[in-house]
Amino acid sequence: MAHNFVTGIFVVTAIALLIGVVLGYAASWFTSDNESLSAQIDRLLPQTQCAQCGYPGCRPYADAIANNEADINQCPPGGEAGVAALADLLGRPVIALDPDYGEVKPPLLALIREDECIGCTLCIKACPVDAIVGAAKLMHTVIADQCTGCELCLPPCPVDCIDLIVIADTDQPA
Amino acid sequence: MSDLLLILATTILVNNFILVHFLGLCPFMGVSGKLETAMGMGLATTFVLTLASAVSYSVNTWILVPLGIEYLRLIVFILIIAGIVQFTELFVRKTSPLLHQVLGIFLPLITTNCAVLGVALLSIRENTGLLNATVYGFGAALGFTLVLILFSAMRERIDQADVPTPFKGAAVAMVSAGFMSLAFMGFGGIT
Repeated sequence: MAHNFVTGIFVVTAIALLIGVVLGYAASWFTSDNESLSAQIDRLLPQTQCAQCGYPGCRPYADAIANNEADINQCPPGGEAGVAALADLLGRPVIALDPDYGEVKPPLLALIREDECIGCTLCIKACPVDAIVGAAKLMHTVIADQCTGCELCLPPCPVDCIDLIVIADTDQPA
Repeated sequence: MSDLLLILATTILVNNFILVHFLGLCPFMGVSGKLETAMGMGLATTFVLTLASAVSYSVNTWILVPLGIEYLRLIVFILIIAGIVQFTELFVRKTSPLLHQVLGIFLPLITTNCAVLGVALLSIRENTGLLNATVYGFGAALGFTLVLILFSAMRERIDQADVPTPFKGAAVAMVSAGFMSLAFMGFGGIT
């Protein structure tokens, strides 16, 4: 019986090891190249989450590029440099930005004219990067470091108290 | 050959694992809401069931029995099934990310689908030979898929129907599953 017991331990361990090795190899065979590819593309995108490309944010657009569902010229905030970087990564020719998705603008920053703000919180919900702080019926303000200048907070504002200003230093990622 | 056909017919219709053995009811109720999901789940389960039946039969016959450790059958089978399910999940995620997303938690839950373990255990009791065991698993999987697809098609129709409020949702699904089971009991007369 004791011998039997030891055999059991051995056999189960061996089977478990075998399954582990097979699964380990299977995992590396089956890892989708697209996953890492879309992560690489995502790193090249400007992360404004402005949705000008027609996708909800930069990562979905990166996924779409990786799956060949979108072209690389749909990102105005990235500019020509962004298209060039994407073309370089994907081994595709550099193409001009598609004007359908908006035009290239200098890096912008949203600024709330605080005395006019009525505290409606609409711009807080609209902001894709949570760069606006404030509470209901209290003044809101923009965290300048976080703002990507995506303009998504402009349309919901009922009193049009948000301005976009051009940032002087242009060390934003291209 | 007629032997194999008989096994197929038996496992698909007469001894259907869901409706006659009442195994694998969790995915049967859980993923039968939509026809498309049911097909995906049926495919994934078919793959797992067939493979699990064949592998567990081989392991039992050529490893466990000669070494006299049949009493570890349950643990070893669970291990094998878990491994195969994991493999299937990797495969599905690679080939069809959409299906992977749609199946969600039900894909890893094939591990705990008692139909899979049930088939592995029953096929050892009832079969002689690896081919028979594989066909047995495949037949069971086809039966599972057939019932899952039929039932999900039915549930899509029921969703449109005017069901009395107390019966809405799971209740009417249970009742219709019961009727389906009754209908499949009729196949018992064939053999």
